[in-house]
Amino acid sequence: MSVARFWRETPRRYNLGGSKCTNCGTAYFPPRSVCPECPAHRQSIEKMIPFQLSGEGEVLSFTIVHEPAEGFELQVPYVLALVKTVEGPVLTGQVVDASPEAVAIGLKVRATFRKLREEGKAGVIHYGYKFTPVEDLPFAAGPRGPPVPAPSEVPSRDRAPA
Amino acid sequence: MREVAVLGVGQTKFGELWDRSFREIGIEAGLQALVDAKLSSAQLGALYLGNMASGSLLSQEHIAPLILDYAGLAGRHLPAVRVEGGGASGALALHQGYLAVASGQYDYVVVGGAEKLTDVPDTTGADITNATADHEWEVVFGATLPALWAMVARRHMYLYGTTREDLARVAVHAHEMGSKNPNAHYRNKLSLAQVVGAGPVAEPLGVFDCAPLSDGAAAVVLGPLESARKHTDTPVRVAASQVACDTMALQHRKDPTTVGSTVAAARNAFHQARRTPADVRIAEIHDAYTIAGLVGLEDLGFVEKGRAGSEFASGRFALGGSTAVNTSGGLKAQGRPFGAVGVAQVVEVVRQLRGEATGRQVSGATLGLTHDLGGTGATSVVHLLERTN
Repeated sequence: MSVARFWRETPRRYNLGGSKCTNCGTAYFPPRSVCPECPAHRQSIEKMIPFQLSGEGEVLSFTIVHEPAEGFELQVPYVLALVKTVEGPVLTGQVVDASPEAVAIGLKVRATFRKLREEGKAGVIHYGYKFTPVEDLPFAAGPRGPPVPAPSEVPSRDRAPA
Repeated sequence: MREVAVLGVGQTKFGELWDRSFREIGIEAGLQALVDAKLSSAQLGALYLGNMASGSLLSQEHIAPLILDYAGLAGRHLPAVRVEGGGASGALALHQGYLAVASGQYDYVVVGGAEKLTDVPDTTGADITNATADHEWEVVFGATLPALWAMVARRHMYLYGTTREDLARVAVHAHEMGSKNPNAHYRNKLSLAQVVGAGPVAEPLGVFDCAPLSDGAAAVVLGPLESARKHTDTPVRVAASQVACDTMALQHRKDPTTVGSTVAAARNAFHQARRTPADVRIAEIHDAYTIAGLVGLEDLGFVEKGRAGSEFASGRFALGGSTAVNTSGGLKAQGRPFGAVGVAQVVEVVRQLRGEATGRQVSGATLGLTHDLGGTGATSVVHLLERTN
């Protein structure tokens, strides 16, 4: 994927920027320029406004992926879910920070900003949303690894500017 | 619009055809169909070719004239058109050929479907399969086509009590039928325990819930029904040809367990033919994933939503059942060369209606259905085929 192809979607993928029809009030993600719900589609043209999702939702369905999508080879097995957001739109994304056994239909989750995949050693790194359980859920096996250092311990050049 | 008939059929073996090229298999199927239809190539009006991914698979686009050329017809400058609709490419090409004959634009057309999947590594084949889902909003976030269908399965189990074994029975049945089809990619039988116990791909789907990556080609000759008797003793009328579409991404469906495009295509097809699902004696349905087969039976109208698992277990869709499903072995066992699938489904139904399906013949079949589908169902194509004597 070219840099531009991913870069142009960053407002949506980083900030859950969707759209809303000012005619009927239906929210969409990713944004649409025509409202499929309005009986007269043309009435919605130019009436779709930007609308940001909260990222809160619940699992509508899920799977544990063992044969990964390209770029996800190091993440198997991973949980992929359809998440119905409180605003209405359904998003496809991974559920992380929980063991696969703890994920179930109806689980409350919220979106979190994560690295998705990278295109080889020199390619673009893709970031976007994944989902974490709202309540702390147990991991199946092993410790979580070393504790994450506090921001003050991280060298400043690796931190995003404030 | 005039009535259209299938006058001839042809098909290569499906499987890992390492010694044969894309153009070779395309030509073989097409010539078989022409010979079967007793049609001189001088009578041909056009070629329609269903193919999904020749560019990604073979670095070769522009393949319709390529096949026309190697069929020896370039000098006649016939129109040759490639048709793409994901996994439904073959049936979509058939729809275009049907419209061309029905409209009177051409009298005789060849509709082919061909795909060569084993010229690339398995992982590349899987990535190309995933390209029939929404790349930007599904695949980039970790989705694969089997993962999306697995989420359909999980939701179906949650809402309707469908079991792991219900899914597995679709694959067991497919291999049972594939064992009777000499053209099938897989001719081995599978037990329920083997399917359930196989390695996971995307839970609850395992390796044996997923159709293979195959090479293969199939072709049919279409012509006006009124002159069909000149070509065959057993003309098969195209009683309905319908295409319908739905949202590209699974996440945008109101109900992930219903493929709206299949519901619409089936409803329109039964309306066009003035028939009902109860009239269908033989059906080739799109079982690229076992759950897709069950959902397809529901959306086509053979069973109520949620009931396909238990009805399948009852034997209703077996060879001796009221509607024999996937006597070819389906995508699961006959194979899944994307663009060839929808055409091969018609080849199987025509052979059944003519009484030529040796070893797996359904007795007394006069009406058959084919159901081809792309991705998670953004495109569905339904054909109804009827023996006319």
